[in-house]
Amino acid sequence: MDETEIRRLAVGHVLSILAVVFSLFVPPLLLDEFSILGTHLTWLCFCSVCVIAVNILLLVTFKPNPSTKRSSLSSKVNKLYRSCLYFFASCLLFHGIIVLYGAPLVESVGETFLFAVLLSSFTTSRSLCFLGPNFHAWVRVFSKDGAMSVWDHSLQITTICTVVGAWLGAFPIPLDWDRPWQVWPISCSLGASFGYIASLLLAPFWIYWNRKRLTYKRR
Amino acid sequence: MPYITQLIQKGTTHSFIAKATAPTVTMPRIKALMTGTIPGFIDIVMNLNSHELQEDNLLWQAKQSRKRIFFYGDDTWIKLFPKHFVEYDGTTSFFVSDFTEVDNNVTRHLDYVLKRNDWDMLVLHYLGLDHIGHLTGPHSHLIGPKLYEMDIVLKKIHSALLLKDEDSAPNLIVVCGDHGMSEVGSHGGSSDEEVQTPLVLISSAFQNKAGPFTVPEMIQQTDLAPTLALGLGLPISRSSLGKFITAVVEQKTMREQLRFFHLNGHQLCMLLKENLETYEKDDGLEQFKKAEKQHGNWIKLYLEGNTSEVLTNLGRKVLKQYLEALIKLSSSLSKQVAEYDIYSMTVGAIITLEIFFLLLLSVPNALSNKAEFDLPLATPLFSLFFYLTCLLLAAVHVIVCTSTENACFFCSMSWLLAMGIMVLISALLCIILSLLGKMVLQLKPSNEVTHSSMQTWSELDILLLVGTLGHVISMGASSFIEEEHQTWYFLVSTLCLALSQEMCRKYFLIKKGNLSGSAAFSEAEEEYAYVNEIYDAHKKELQEEKLPILSRFIKSNEKWIALSSPGLILICCRLLRPLNQTGVQWIHRPDFGHWLTSSEHKAELSFLVAVCLIMIFILIQGKCSLVSKVALMFGLLGIYCYRAAIGHVLYPWQQNTNEITKGITEARFVYIFVLGILVTGIKDLLTSHFLNTNSKAKAVGLWEIYSGLILLAALLFRPHNLVVLVFCLIIQLILTTFIWKILKFDAAEIAIMHYWFGQAFFFFQGNSNTISTVDISAGFVGLDNYVEYPAIFLTIFVTYSGPLLWTMHMLYYLSAETNWNSTAVAHGCYCYAIIRSLPVTVYILLVTALRYHLFIWSVFSPKLLYEVIHHVISAIVCALFIAVDKNQLTKSEG
Repeated sequence: MDETEIRRLAVGHVLSILAVVFSLFVPPLLLDEFSILGTHLTWLCFCSVCVIAVNILLLVTFKPNPSTKRSSLSSKVNKLYRSCLYFFASCLLFHGIIVLYGAPLVESVGETFLFAVLLSSFTTSRSLCFLGPNFHAWVRVFSKDGAMSVWDHSLQITTICTVVGAWLGAFPIPLDWDRPWQVWPISCSLGASFGYIASLLLAPFWIYWNRKRLTYKRR
Repeated sequence: MPYITQLIQKGTTHSFIAKATAPTVTMPRIKALMTGTIPGFIDIVMNLNSHELQEDNLLWQAKQSRKRIFFYGDDTWIKLFPKHFVEYDGTTSFFVSDFTEVDNNVTRHLDYVLKRNDWDMLVLHYLGLDHIGHLTGPHSHLIGPKLYEMDIVLKKIHSALLLKDEDSAPNLIVVCGDHGMSEVGSHGGSSDEEVQTPLVLISSAFQNKAGPFTVPEMIQQTDLAPTLALGLGLPISRSSLGKFITAVVEQKTMREQLRFFHLNGHQLCMLLKENLETYEKDDGLEQFKKAEKQHGNWIKLYLEGNTSEVLTNLGRKVLKQYLEALIKLSSSLSKQVAEYDIYSMTVGAIITLEIFFLLLLSVPNALSNKAEFDLPLATPLFSLFFYLTCLLLAAVHVIVCTSTENACFFCSMSWLLAMGIMVLISALLCIILSLLGKMVLQLKPSNEVTHSSMQTWSELDILLLVGTLGHVISMGASSFIEEEHQTWYFLVSTLCLALSQEMCRKYFLIKKGNLSGSAAFSEAEEEYAYVNEIYDAHKKELQEEKLPILSRFIKSNEKWIALSSPGLILICCRLLRPLNQTGVQWIHRPDFGHWLTSSEHKAELSFLVAVCLIMIFILIQGKCSLVSKVALMFGLLGIYCYRAAIGHVLYPWQQNTNEITKGITEARFVYIFVLGILVTGIKDLLTSHFLNTNSKAKAVGLWEIYSGLILLAALLFRPHNLVVLVFCLIIQLILTTFIWKILKFDAAEIAIMHYWFGQAFFFFQGNSNTISTVDISAGFVGLDNYVEYPAIFLTIFVTYSGPLLWTMHMLYYLSAETNWNSTAVAHGCYCYAIIRSLPVTVYILLVTALRYHLFIWSVFSPKLLYEVIHHVISAIVCALFIAVDKNQLTKSEG
């Protein structure tokens, strides 16, 4: 596998991590009384916006899946429109799944939805930027052995880790420890963020480690 | 309760909150009140079946000093103290649905007794409030009148005693509860509502200290026994752990107060000496010794006639020291009393561990195509090692049993039985060792094969494995046990998501296969053909039932129906969740079940029950024979009549019927049909066995047994829980028709999924890991009064109906609906056995390790009780599995 590609991927990942870190340290400078636990919803919004912005930046600078044919402006607008639609749909889908998992239906609807937005910005926005609003490409990437490039692999890894992190984050909620981070959805969003960051850190190494096997699989 | 409030405000009373310990059920609580000890957990099992109390207790001491004791009320007292009462009249507490008669039985004696002068102690135990709680919960409209009635009784007693006080020593009225009541109206657990009980002491001897209402002091329930003993001038019972309530003797002279402290402290020290080897180092004891010395000084000063301030100050100091010493003694004792019979526990743990390893080691054999589970019995049994271990264990047994002074259950068994257990342990050990040896020999060449077989595991397999293991590990934490339902709900939701992912992959990969390479294409085609085949078969079935529109609909939209089916299951599970709030932390939240059962929503409940019964009929009847169909219909009708008779639901045609009967006739009517369906099912099974007819009869037989059990559950469940039953049937239908057939799971995966859903349904129906959620009223359906064995059977059945119904469904599905291979039932049974024995084994080890944990009695032991009973049930079901499987094997051979 191309080592320069891996290096580019690593740089991109570092940028993505910086987005999350940025969302942690910049808001206290702008807002009074900001803390992750206290004003969690603000952080959720801020973090999602940062992550989406960095993803768009990556799309513009790195061009992970360069399209072969040149596209007109109208098709670009169409793509943008469809991307927004997809993003919104994925937010709703995540929201539905979270409610089915046992989140309260009526009370704290805002928290649930913002958590869904965070999850979508970690997973869907990345996929949208890397693959575009192309359903077949998504099915290809997320089915077994469907990855065609390092970017696809990193997408797989980050998505799985984010979802698993959020999943694991739900475990401490029902326990009677009375900690501030046990409040819905703090532990879940923290779990998702940790999963996201960990996967961003680990993915380049994993791909580098397995580069022989992966190139073999591609042929 | 106006009168007692007035008394408390007027001030000749002392009021406290007495804290009971778990288990908060009647019999151990009476023991605690009368002996001052903390009864062990096993008493909860004995609660329904009490024996005479052998320990030293207050009543015995009173009897020894020729006091005459009268008793009226709960007959548990009479069983506990059969010879202590001069005059008594017990009322049985087991018929929970009666709450006026039980109390009238007590009150009718009062007028006569209060006029007489020939008694020293009068014990009254009223049951009505407890029964109302069990039946309708703490917010019932019946509670107010009942409390008022109690208030009137109290007024009667108090005024009668005030008259008597004029010509004798002052009397004392003790008003106390044996246990509290949880938010749902039952008890047994250790939530604050169940543990905190009121204690009011009323006597004209107390100082009048009228004033604003203050928050009562918190004391232990065990403190009552020494207080009463000191107050009556009786010796404190030997094993009492309590420290007497100091507020009661506030206005006595200093000398008397110090005397009381000394008596109580001395008794606690003696008890400590018996129970603790290193008692001399105990803090409390040292402090007590110091206080005793000071006490001596005080007495000296007092006898010298010193009345100065020095004396009072010294007295206060001594008092304070005594108090501290008492608190320390009492707390170190209550830690000490938990004595464990380590030897017996070890023996039990070893046996379970060995059996679990045996099961684990034979996984490769049992899950192979042959599905054999044979143990190499002969060779190990004749080896030298076997005899050596036997001898060694016997030697250990003799040494242990002769050396310990504590009572040991295993030592007290007859030596023949003990020897048998020794032989069993060593035989199991030898078998395991020989199996291990074989495995090692076989494993060397086939090392790579196992590695590659790990690779073929799908995500779903990994999820099933990780989920099961994770649940087992989570049982080491008490909060995870308290909220175990959350773990299961979470796992089941994840399972549904994983299923939907598999489903997506199946359908979308077929699409992709069409586009791309040749190998994938043919495979996909094959699968497509298979799916079509299933649907054709299904369609045929449906057409036979003359439902062409539905079948055409299913046929045309099969893909989307199949894709949405896991989502449907998820929605069902989500709908069931708020039906019964369970666990410990959130059990107080309002849930849908309470809303339905409250008396204002009777009409809604009636409608729901009717719809559920009809749904059950529609879902079950398709696979039954005609006879059982009719029986089922009558049975379900009977259930509605029963519910109407006991006042849960309304008849649509007569709106205001107020007479509430016990519904015995209706319930027995249903029982007859349940038995009828079960008998037809067994008959069908036997005919298919002996006459070697086609497997259709067997499937019908198994389904009939299953539907009989569902009918029984529908009769016994709380009315709103019928929804759980309906959803259970719906989910099973979806899983069987859309998911398992299409995704081609093997028997092991299906067994584990059944187990997960069974566990989730255990909690969906409102159970939890505390004793208080057990629905004892199910034990009285159709019975005139308490009959031990049927009541226990019915209660256990209704508690475990979720897991039981799912395993029965697994039996039916694996033996009847699948036609891939004949070993499915054997595989399923084996998987079920191993997946049940894993948590039990780990849990026994965990509990043994955590036996000094703070929550051992309140959290871990009830869970252990639940696990053990569940285990017994699964053993019975496994036996049924094997019977059915044998049936199949002999047929295939013949």
